[in-house]
Amino acid sequence: MLEYVKRCIVRVWAIDTLRDAGLQALELMIGLDEAMMNIVALSVQVSLSAVVLSCLIALPIGAATAVGRFPGRQAIIVVMNAFMGLPPVVVGLIVYLALSRAGPLGPMGLLFTPTAMVLAQALLVTPIIAALTRQIVADAWEEYREQLQSLGSNGFRSALTLIWDTRFSLLTAVLAGLGRATAEVGAVMIVGGNIDGVTRVMTTAIALETSKGDLALALALGAILILLVVMLNSSAYLISEAARRRYG
Amino acid sequence: MAHLSVENLCYDIGGRRIIDSISIEFSARRSVVLGPNGAGKSVLLRLCHGLLVPTAGSICWRADANVAVRQAMVFQRPVMLRRSALANLTHALSLAGVGASEARERAITALRSAGLEALAHRSARVLSGGEQQRLALARAWALRPDILFLDEPTANLDPVATREVEAVIDAIHRAGTQVIMTTHNLGQARRMGDDILFIARGRLLERASADHFFRAPKSAEAAAFIEGELPW
Ligand SMILES: Nc1ncnc2c1ncn2[C@@H]1O[C@H](COP(=O)(O)OP(=O)(O)OP(=O)(O)O)[C@@H](O)[C@H]1O
Ligand SMILES: [Mg+2]
Repeated sequence: MLEYVKRCIVRVWAIDTLRDAGLQALELMIGLDEAMMNIVALSVQVSLSAVVLSCLIALPIGAATAVGRFPGRQAIIVVMNAFMGLPPVVVGLIVYLALSRAGPLGPMGLLFTPTAMVLAQALLVTPIIAALTRQIVADAWEEYREQLQSLGSNGFRSALTLIWDTRFSLLTAVLAGLGRATAEVGAVMIVGGNIDGVTRVMTTAIALETSKGDLALALALGAILILLVVMLNSSAYLISEAARRRYG
Repeated sequence: MAHLSVENLCYDIGGRRIIDSISIEFSARRSVVLGPNGAGKSVLLRLCHGLLVPTAGSICWRADANVAVRQAMVFQRPVMLRRSALANLTHALSLAGVGASEARERAITALRSAGLEALAHRSARVLSGGEQQRLALARAWALRPDILFLDEPTANLDPVATREVEAVIDAIHRAGTQVIMTTHNLGQARRMGDDILFIARGRLLERASADHFFRAPKSAEAAAFIEGELPW
């Protein structure tokens, strides 16, 4: 097994292009290449904005459907769960149509701007964060309901209390959304257009550079992307663990 | 003093009758509801507290003055919020419409009375079972209820913690709150019950003063229950 891996590495290393690409990628990362860092910064900025925007919608919807009993609740839950698996390209297409010149939001001129990418990613992760929020808050509600009702808490106050009480679990839901937003490529490609220096983010840059055969930048961005996602997930885990120990 | 009475109270769930036409006037300052597991004690307390809506019958509250009756309940398994012990009390007081500074004062007083002052800033959910049970009592007490429902307040507690909780209940009672509680601890029922209500299979089988009930139970079921023979 080890022998086989060693032979593979030796064989890949023998291919000049791959070796050069690897070394150049390393150089880019160590030197914090400016063009590369701009792409990373825009990626992070777009995805963070998208997740913040999405939380403003997803947390109230998730909590309301967990605690409230109102007409249309069942429908919202079904739609939420169905949209969790929405293919990013289709979301991109929908946002593209809405923002294109003839579309309902056409006059705002948002197509091929970072704002368009924020909208697309927000649309993509809102169902995920909302559904996870609903699950987390509903579980807590199951446990707290009688106690809160006994104390005279109405539905709205209860929802706020539950969101605060499950804040660490909700954080993992939000970080899951952030991971998905950062790693997504189809939607931002369509609505952003991958314009150099304007709407080029990590994933679209990787796709473009790879198809151009410029593997160095693609490899460097790929490594950074993986690093970011791993950091997100491990911090989510560490935070929830620390909270469990501290608050029970 | 507020008066609580129930008339022909019935409660069904899934076609099963859990509470079967119970009529009681809670006139004693301390009433203890006794009965075997599954008799319907917890459901009865929930009905009286207003957490469940009766299938039939009525629950009637009468206060001396023309004011709303304040009631509180401590559950068989108390639920604490993920915040400090003190914050759990102020949260409850804020829900009751008490202003922030008064809430803090009352919360600290209640914690002190329950012997929990040292734990005020600890996370409520990592406290021990007995501490949480006392914290739940302190939370109910801080609300200054006219009537307090206690569902097995000393279940799962060791003898020392049990005595501590009993002392707290005693203090609440002496401060003028009417107590309606359930327990499986017959010694506790004897100590704390002015009035014993014996329930089995959703029916009120017997009501007597603690003295009478333990000396000469009228129903065969109650006699067997006291003897520790449980034929059901
Ligand atoms: N939500 C519910 N759904 C179905 N059955 C229920 C529900 N709540 C209570 N019951 C049933 O009602 C009966 C009475 O329950 P209750 O909890 O009042 O018993 P209890 O007298 O408090 O018993 P214990 O001493 O074990 O606490 C039980 O048979 C229980 O299974
Ligand atoms: Mg019970």
